Amino acid sequence: MIEAVIFYLFGAVLIGGAIGVIASRNPVHSAMFLVLCFFASAFIWLLLEAEFLAIALVLVYVGAVMVLFLFVVMMLDVNPDRLQGGFTRNAPLGLVVVALVMAMLGLVLWGRSGELSMLEAPARAAEAYSNTQALGSVLYTEYVFAFQLAAVLLLVAIIAAIVLTMRRRPGLKIQDISAQVAVRRDDRVRLVRMEPERDE
Amino acid sequence: MIGLEHYLTLSAILFTLAIAGIFINRRNVILLLMCVELMLLAVNFNFIIFSRYLDDIAGQVFVFFILTVAAAEAAIGLAILVALFRSRRSVNVQDMDAMKG
Repeated sequence: MIEAVIFYLFGAVLIGGAIGVIASRNPVHSAMFLVLCFFASAFIWLLLEAEFLAIALVLVYVGAVMVLFLFVVMMLDVNPDRLQGGFTRNAPLGLVVVALVMAMLGLVLWGRSGELSMLEAPARAAEAYSNTQALGSVLYTEYVFAFQLAAVLLLVAIIAAIVLTMRRRPGLKIQDISAQVAVRRDDRVRLVRMEPERDE
Repeated sequence: MIGLEHYLTLSAILFTLAIAGIFINRRNVILLLMCVELMLLAVNFNFIIFSRYLDDIAGQVFVFFILTVAAAEAAIGLAILVALFRSRRSVNVQDMDAMKG
């Protein structure tokens, strides 16, 4: 009973948030609705016994990705008026595609619903069960190679993001450390042979 | 009682809403990126649901990696967006026609 209440409550919040994301005129509002979506899905993931991922979703998405989104949205001085107006023109095509996708998914989900309903949920895990431990025990053994690949991917993403957004402004007075270190004596010191001055 | 099909329907609705968002907001690149995030969320939902119902932790491992890749994708996408905005002063998709596509 309580499971149904939580599911329908946060499911409604999730769908409402998704509608808010796609329908609001202001990109900042869209980002905020997306945060709401992530929170609601984290609750439903808790219901599905994915505790670690629910917390990770809140930490990674709400804490990092959405802050990045908000940062970019607020940093770019976007004029919202020029970005509006496609709604009525694109809506019919969008509606057709959405109806098609919905029909396909509905056919798969409900057309042969008997088979899906046969798949019963396993019993709830025991109190001592730790989702984080279970996830870690396969992550660091079976999937350790993929785990390291993910680490490399994040490193590449860091470097790519820095390289893409770095810009060199001409005339900026900054230290060039490598040039300073690489300097040699011959570059700086010039020995001049001078005739000694004589008192006449 | 909440069954498998209820959860799957929720994720299907989420995915379709994201598709609708891409069609409605075809001008703003930031909103397109947000809709892609919503789609990834719907896909993650499916993985978690089946991880629970098939009692297999591998689904959650997949979600873990999808979260990683999605975070990297968002970072690089926004970096490209910032670089684009610097050169074009716009995030409108219609303005990005340098390749005559």
